[in-house]
Amino acid sequence: MSAATFLAPVASLGLDARAFFDAAAVRLGAGARAITFYGQPADDPAALTLTLLLEAGGRLEVLRTEVQRRQGFHALTPAYPALHAFERELHEQHGVVPHFHPWLKPLRFPSPGPAGMTGFPFYSLEGKEVHEVAVGPIHAGVIEPGHFRFSCLGETVHHLEIQLGYQHRGVEALLLGPDPRALAPLVETIAGDASVAHAWASADALEALASFSPAPALETWRGLGLELERIGMHLAGLSGMANDVAFLQGAASYGRLRTTAINTTMQACGSRFGRGWVRPGGFRSTLRGGQADTLRAALSLLEADLRLIDDRMLSSSSLRHRLDGVGTVTRAQALELGLVGAAARASGVAIDLRADLPGALHARLPVTPVVEPGGDCLARALVRMRELGQSIGWCRAALDAHPGVAPATAPLGPLAPRTLAIGLRESWRGEVVHALETDADGRLRHYKVQDPSLRNWHGLALSLRGNDISDFPICNKSFDLSYCGHDL
Amino acid sequence: MLKALKVRRSQGRQYLPDLRAATARGFRGLPVLKGEPCPEGCRACLDACPTTAIALAPLRLDLGRCVFCDGCAQACPPGRIEFTPEHRMAGDSPEGLVVQEGRAALPAVAVSKALADLFGRSLKLRSVSSGGCNGCELELNALGNVNFDLGRFGIEFVASPRHADGLVLTGPLTANMREALELAWAGMPAPRFVVAVGACAISGGPYAGSTVLARQFLGREVPVLYVPGCPPHPLSIIAGILDLLGVELPTEGPAS
Repeated sequence: MSAATFLAPVASLGLDARAFFDAAAVRLGAGARAITFYGQPADDPAALTLTLLLEAGGRLEVLRTEVQRRQGFHALTPAYPALHAFERELHEQHGVVPHFHPWLKPLRFPSPGPAGMTGFPFYSLEGKEVHEVAVGPIHAGVIEPGHFRFSCLGETVHHLEIQLGYQHRGVEALLLGPDPRALAPLVETIAGDASVAHAWASADALEALASFSPAPALETWRGLGLELERIGMHLAGLSGMANDVAFLQGAASYGRLRTTAINTTMQACGSRFGRGWVRPGGFRSTLRGGQADTLRAALSLLEADLRLIDDRMLSSSSLRHRLDGVGTVTRAQALELGLVGAAARASGVAIDLRADLPGALHARLPVTPVVEPGGDCLARALVRMRELGQSIGWCRAALDAHPGVAPATAPLGPLAPRTLAIGLRESWRGEVVHALETDADGRLRHYKVQDPSLRNWHGLALSLRGNDISDFPICNKSFDLSYCGHDL
Repeated sequence: MLKALKVRRSQGRQYLPDLRAATARGFRGLPVLKGEPCPEGCRACLDACPTTAIALAPLRLDLGRCVFCDGCAQACPPGRIEFTPEHRMAGDSPEGLVVQEGRAALPAVAVSKALADLFGRSLKLRSVSSGGCNGCELELNALGNVNFDLGRFGIEFVASPRHADGLVLTGPLTANMREALELAWAGMPAPRFVVAVGACAISGGPYAGSTVLARQFLGREVPVLYVPGCPPHPLSIIAGILDLLGVELPTEGPAS
């Protein structure tokens, strides 16, 4: 089992509520990072089980307790704002009240009432000159839906509130289907642009439950799928950012390089989105013979052309002007909000699961977090550019280590009963978390999914404050968050 | 300026001159069902399929439900199911998307004279994602990139439903998007039509069993074109639209 996966018998977890909240405060106060915090029905129908996953110094720790649904609990958010979305979710999914939560609003409207999606309690500014701009759920481009409400004075945005939930598909209910080992095609659509990361985190948890240890070569080739996904989506992000500031050569160039990257993925696994690359117990590839050469050729082309295009982008003063100092999230804000992934690294926060919880794979082929201090759109573009180079280098090293590997699929055996397994992978967007828990018969009793978008949407909202409303598209693209991944 | 020229030179020629002849190397596309009989009582493919896309006796595979995971092909003991790189899979009816064993007809799109007369030289599309996971949405976006360049046929995505002739639906149609979808459709002037892209839009796909969908819109407005896939390859979407409009392509592209 990789150190990046948490595994423990359920019986070994559990504190009384007081000890739980004391321990949480001590750990968080000492700098532990909350990765997830979720609820599930307890054996006693009047109670709710809370699970908090913490990371400190490369170690994962789970704190668990039960609270009475009617009684609720004292919210952790006032002291630790990074937990705000988790506590909103606990309230919405389970009806339990986190008392004194400062922002207890709907997260995704999981069961639409007669009023539908209307009636969201938007924060509003007052004043004669204040005006509001409502955008969405359907946007001008070909993207997923969500609603943005801007409170402005003139052109300046003073507050942006983001109402999501339009994409809610009931994913978590469907994940408790008949055979947990056959969930991969569904898991790959949780956030369809991060299929490999989600499929892998899910496979990590299932394999831990089935006591299956993937061979090093297998893990390496899964890592190649993950990095190719990162390359493809970072290129999509840079293409979109260039397009949003009308820098058409950048939009076209990054766009056509993305075609190269995802067609390489398609040659390897049959899908431009890496669907089918990772399966519990194995990975699949349709590449035969000179498979490593095909990948190497694509990597060389990407590296050579990216050097020219990055240089062209960064030496354009008009382009830099549109990104520099726009949509800034400071390091302090990023830490306070608990931002993750590339958005956090662009605000000077050095977190990356590949470095923080390397497991066997990333201990062999290490990754150093790419950090930019600026916190603005330029920093988020620079993180992408540098991570592209880093991923290309990582893929080369991986191919050197395991040049040609036959696809492998081993059917997983029965899952350990009454066990909690949490798989974590660093997608191009940030950390993906899959928490699976079995019952006494080894069937799935609970499945919690977390896409990094859950935590990062609030970062986008904050980035708009004090900016021109016309900067919204570039700010939005610079975060490039998943609506589906948030809405589940 | 020199840097711009260097980038331009590195780009070379990117567009696919003949979109009908283009192939998707390595793509897991149209499945073929071979003629040998199934072993008695075998239901390995049914058990492997995550979206109930397969029926037996005779063996049939509904592309409108299929997510192209390849699970059935791997499970089938005699190897009757094989996914090919063929990307042309669009159909003009849900029934036409069912692949039969043997030499039965493949999915096809008949030219619509009415739509060709109206939109054959200029077609504006409005995308509505209703639970789409960003797979289909990214492939729709790819239609406009320098490789596929659908704009060369006068086919473009537009920002407002008021400017649109066709509604391109992706995703399984969530209940929370129901009102917005109806508003977008109401905002489109007639003549107008619907295209369903991806397994989710066509059948609900992996979300068919979800309790938070509202698919009534598709019960009322019947699409003129169905493009299977999870997500479909851009070439699948292009072939479907060009076939529907009867767009003739130059038989030869510029010399490469």
